[in-house]
Amino acid sequence: MNLNELTIKEARLKLDSGKISSLDLTSACLAQIKKLNPDINAVLTVCEESALAGAKDADARLKKGERTELLGIPYLCKDNFTTKGIRTTAASKILENYIAPYDATVIRKLKEAGAVLLGKTNLDEFAHGASTENSAYGVTKNPLDLSRVAGGSSGGSTAGVAANMCIFAIGSDTGGSVRCPASFCGIVGLKPSYGRVSRFGLLSMTSSTDVVGVLAKTPYDTAVVLKEIAGNDKLDATSAPEKITDYKEAVNSFDFEDDFDKNNPELLKGLRVGWPKEYYLKELNPEILNNMKAVADKLKAAGAEIKEVSLPYTKYCVPVYYIITPSEISSNLARFDGIGWGLAKHETANLQEFYKTNRGLGFGAETKRRIMLGTYALSAGYYEAYYKKAQAVRTLIIEDFNKAFKDVDILLTPTEPHPAFKIGANSNDVLAMYLEDIFVSGASLAGLPAISIPAGLVDGLPVGAQLIGPRLREDLILKIAEFISKK
Amino acid sequence: MSITIEEIKHIAELSRLKLSDEEMLKLGSDLGSILDYIKTLKEVDTRKVKETAQVSGLSDVFREDEVKNWDREEILAALSQGELENDQLKVKRIL
Repeated sequence: MNLNELTIKEARLKLDSGKISSLDLTSACLAQIKKLNPDINAVLTVCEESALAGAKDADARLKKGERTELLGIPYLCKDNFTTKGIRTTAASKILENYIAPYDATVIRKLKEAGAVLLGKTNLDEFAHGASTENSAYGVTKNPLDLSRVAGGSSGGSTAGVAANMCIFAIGSDTGGSVRCPASFCGIVGLKPSYGRVSRFGLLSMTSSTDVVGVLAKTPYDTAVVLKEIAGNDKLDATSAPEKITDYKEAVNSFDFEDDFDKNNPELLKGLRVGWPKEYYLKELNPEILNNMKAVADKLKAAGAEIKEVSLPYTKYCVPVYYIITPSEISSNLARFDGIGWGLAKHETANLQEFYKTNRGLGFGAETKRRIMLGTYALSAGYYEAYYKKAQAVRTLIIEDFNKAFKDVDILLTPTEPHPAFKIGANSNDVLAMYLEDIFVSGASLAGLPAISIPAGLVDGLPVGAQLIGPRLREDLILKIAEFISKK
Repeated sequence: MSITIEEIKHIAELSRLKLSDEEMLKLGSDLGSILDYIKTLKEVDTRKVKETAQVSGLSDVFREDEVKNWDREEILAALSQGELENDQLKVKRIL
């Protein structure tokens, strides 16, 4: 097995026992990036020099006897997190040459933990999309089928993990941007509860739903990374003050011996799994339905109870999301004015022309569409009909989840209505693209933790199952995800 | 639902975006189809529902207002894409 194919758990054992060095591991990942990135286009900026230096530093710490979870583990990060001294483009022309003067809190924490940053990954411009086709630097291709999208908007981070360019990756999820590509590329993608991980240094898109997400090869690895990056941060006033749970401990409760019987009905006794009927409409691809039933059967065999529940406002999630998101985008992206940093063509008649010219040149089509839609929804005469209305329906969507969690502990749904689609298939149909978010936007609007894990194949391509938990119960969804992932 | 070219021009003005005629036409039809879809929200009775603006469950989060020194070179680097004069950012006349 090549070193770059290791999980965190496997790499940890080898690093701690001195069988391999972080330099070996990091070099193997860098070699894989060099080999595959020309075809896949997952990575926008490779930081080879600083990665090798970081690996040597981690090796020195290991030699001194330091033993921590991510020491010496190489990772990739979505290019909408600020990294001091390394460019941060958000896959936009407007930030093509932007170098941030500070690290995002997540980057700082991972640096302190001794993880090694390999590079910055591709995304839909400013994370606006579900396919990574909206990048100003070209589409990211699905490593399992180069004619298909990797999903988005964290397509680069996800393809990077799926193609073994790194051991894990950081993404962001506003309305499905970690879970969608995880489903399309056959890996694990976690969207934590709103506020569980500091957003400081994550370029703001929709401030009321943006979260930092984890992309990894197993739920165990995901738990280990979450443990390192979660927690309150005084630089993010919306970060949750509650103490973090030991996520690793939670997944470890299923770290069974080889002789473990997954059909032991005592294992999940008492667990109530919700099957929300609005996510299983008759239009659902029958193969996806079968895969979901197989997941449910696995849980049932271990003693869990599957209960049908209803979330009647589900069909309004996407319309609400596509009012709230563009509205917050139109406000958040007002800061890109070309003054001081970012694209700036100075040959304009006056200040207004300067703003309009640079923003017109710097932003891509989807970003402009969202700014325009949001500005429209917030403009005089439409504010009540669109924005306030959407905020009210958002309350009803949240109440749906609250009611469901009185009867069940977690919800089990498909992540996406189909496997990865062909590049360009949705390009001319904005609405079709927005409907990609149909199963993932609810948890985002309600701020709930949700994870996508591989749940079989459809037409030879991976599809994901989504587990949604009550607020701050990342431990529970990770634990059940770990169980489902056990062979 | 269709959005008139005048409306698109007005929204582009508010958005501070210079758009080509072609872009404006495309946006008019895109926004129209998105708004048609979003219209389904009208079916929902929200007369007695309180709006949700955020889900953190927090309010009035304070921290110390400390001034931290920042290296001059770093400040200049952070603004390196702007026009600087005597270490100060130059902008076009407003009036």
